[in-house]
Amino acid sequence: MTTIDTSKARDPHGDHGHGHHDLPYLAGKGGFFPTLIDWMTTVDHKKLGVMYLVAILTLFFFGGVAALLVRMELLDPVRIAADGTVTGQLLYSNPEDVNAGNVWYNRAFTMHGAIMVFMVIVPGIPASLGNFFLPLMLGAKDVAFPRLNLLSWYIYLLGSVFGILVILLNGVDTGWTFYTPYSTTTDAGHWRVVYMILAAFILGFSSILTGLNFVVTVHKLRAPGMGWFDMPLFVWGIYATAVIQVLATPVIGITLLLLIFERVFRVGIFDPALGGDPVLYQHFFWFYSHPVVYVMILPGMGVISEVIAVHSRKQIFGYRAIAFASLGIAGVAFIVWGHHMFASMSELGSVVFSALTFLVAIPTAVKIFNWIATMYKGSIALTTPMLYALVFLFLFAIGGLTGLPLATLSTDLHLHDSYFVVAHFHYVMFGGTIVAMLAGLHHWWPKMTGRDYNATAANICCLLVFVGFNVTFFTQFFLGTQGMPRRYASYPDEFQLLHQISTLGSWILGLGFMGHLAVFIWSIAAGAKAKDNPWGALTLEWESDTPPTEHNFAHEPVLTHGPYDYETTVPPKWDPKDWPLPDPAKVAAVHRDHH
Amino acid sequence: MATINAQPHGEPHGGPGHDIDAAKRPMWARYKHGHHFRTQDDEFDACKTGMWLFLATEVLLFAGLFMSYTFFRYKYPEAFANGSNYLDWRWGGLNTVVLLISSYTAAMAVRNAQLDQQKALQRNLLITVVCGALFVVIKAVFEYGPKWAQGKRPGEWFSYPFAHDAMEPAWWSVYYSATGIHALHVLIGMALLYRCYLRAKRGAYGPTHYTMVENAALYWHLVDLIWIFLFPLLYLIH
Repeated sequence: MTTIDTSKARDPHGDHGHGHHDLPYLAGKGGFFPTLIDWMTTVDHKKLGVMYLVAILTLFFFGGVAALLVRMELLDPVRIAADGTVTGQLLYSNPEDVNAGNVWYNRAFTMHGAIMVFMVIVPGIPASLGNFFLPLMLGAKDVAFPRLNLLSWYIYLLGSVFGILVILLNGVDTGWTFYTPYSTTTDAGHWRVVYMILAAFILGFSSILTGLNFVVTVHKLRAPGMGWFDMPLFVWGIYATAVIQVLATPVIGITLLLLIFERVFRVGIFDPALGGDPVLYQHFFWFYSHPVVYVMILPGMGVISEVIAVHSRKQIFGYRAIAFASLGIAGVAFIVWGHHMFASMSELGSVVFSALTFLVAIPTAVKIFNWIATMYKGSIALTTPMLYALVFLFLFAIGGLTGLPLATLSTDLHLHDSYFVVAHFHYVMFGGTIVAMLAGLHHWWPKMTGRDYNATAANICCLLVFVGFNVTFFTQFFLGTQGMPRRYASYPDEFQLLHQISTLGSWILGLGFMGHLAVFIWSIAAGAKAKDNPWGALTLEWESDTPPTEHNFAHEPVLTHGPYDYETTVPPKWDPKDWPLPDPAKVAAVHRDHH
Repeated sequence: MATINAQPHGEPHGGPGHDIDAAKRPMWARYKHGHHFRTQDDEFDACKTGMWLFLATEVLLFAGLFMSYTFFRYKYPEAFANGSNYLDWRWGGLNTVVLLISSYTAAMAVRNAQLDQQKALQRNLLITVVCGALFVVIKAVFEYGPKWAQGKRPGEWFSYPFAHDAMEPAWWSVYYSATGIHALHVLIGMALLYRCYLRAKRGAYGPTHYTMVENAALYWHLVDLIWIFLFPLLYLIH
């Protein structure tokens, strides 16, 4: 096979030709408007990653406020006395219409769920950290389709605009799952439910395009010398995620499209009054929405693999096991959707899905044990990202283990649709994904912004988040086992103490996040200049400048060592004040083993 | 793996920048691959991989529709068995032939681009677009129009007085959803191929660069293939 390479064959020093571009990617373009236009039209994966990050964190704020409103309403149960006076409607109270307060409560939890799932957790890590670091970790100049990347950012923006429009129009109260026939028959005369479904549909497009882009990038743009098993585990996590995004999202696409048809044109697919079937909707919905649970968690697991290895300065334990566990989870993801609808299936169907669901525990446990084994005898540095990785292990283990009684039919009979479920998925979604995102954000923040943050302040915020989260959600396990159903503004008096503790926790949690925001703003405004490789990490993104230049690397990097060979490799841009050199005896031992 | 990067017009000395005849060379020969790819082959492979992945998402999108067809057929067997009696297989068959011809011309267009047959490339692209338009016109004028006028409509809109089965609105819901979304894909495919045609007129595609034609044709074949499944399911099965 002969291939005439158009540029490099003629100019062996072609890589140097970009010298005039080698400014930091954050450099302005001479004036506010040229810089703004440059950012709005950029195809640079780093700028797109930063823009996604800002958008996602903004929406996280909205979703968080909605969550605080939900918790506030639950401080006091709604009571209607014999004479018709209503007490306990803290969110909204109207003496003329006693039901209005409950509707507002329903809207608050729907907006919280829809924003957090579709706009924050699903795109969260892949679109922000993934966009920024996937090409850098592969040693590439950009993702495979940079313009498609820009398009998918604008699609994300459009979907979010619809979501915010719905908030401005007073929100929807269907729950984030849009179950039919409620979602097709309520809110008549308004377009809010349609807008919200449309928002989710549009966001799905963005998700598909990002996933497709990442899959091709991993296949085609790895640095010379980088085989599949030389890729950092974050890349494996993103790759498995992208595969699910590509394969699952079209199904929610067609589902939501049919739902919109049903609402707007009154065709009968899901509404039993029109000859449709609501259980079909549930199957369609969960066929996407269960795999998407792993879209949420797999990138987080990738982040944790990086952070634990780097901050323990250890070769990751069981590299291949972790990589294959990611793919294993991606595979199992597609055959367990039925466990969301045990109540609407035959007994046999429930038994089958229950059995399949237990399979998820295997690859997940493989990962957890490998991370713990990685830390064993490592030289652990308790940096903010590492603290968050430990928080992740703690919370995610609880989240995973409490999934087992929910997958078991006999216990689920008691626990389903209760606060136990709420607590379980918050331990996985928040304790997993959001905490992993915080770990990743603190790990890569110096590289992204070129600034250090105040580690002590960040550690205090980490503690607040940890305590606040557990106070909020651990109490909900008790509420659930005692029989408190989810999605009610009112409850019997004996639940009030636990609800109040949970609400108190949500305030601590909110305080922790406000603290993190302050730390980040302070870092950008007045942080010291960050080093190129502050953690002494070995993956390729740390070989770039801080912040990276527009074309990422001065020369195309060539891989000479594995991503976690801490015991034998001098880190790039090594500073002897920060990190000791590897022990020469160990290096010699490894070389002996290899020859 | 095919190597598409051999340069029939290539000069042994100097790149495009040093080439005094650069302006005279056709547009496709002047194409330079994206800076983040190592070679033009890499770029072509990446684009094709991306397109195949996208087609996989399209298949899954329609899988939802086929699934709901299966589900409702199982649920309302009488209404669905009778449904195909309302459709005229001759119109459906004609549309199948139209799409098959267009798939052939789309495939030929790719071959024409590879062989630098510019006139034939333009002609084949145009025929493909015209066939797509013909499909949509037949569908709208001879199928949707009369049926809608008779009251054979989906869900709540249904007002056909001579229905055999109470569940016929569900049949029409599936029929209109599936064929409507397919027709939308035909329109998108036509737009893509028409853009290819406009660019082909300016000499954008040739032996070393025809990614867009290839991918648009792949998309068109998929649209065709989905119709190949919809046609028997809706028109032929009783």
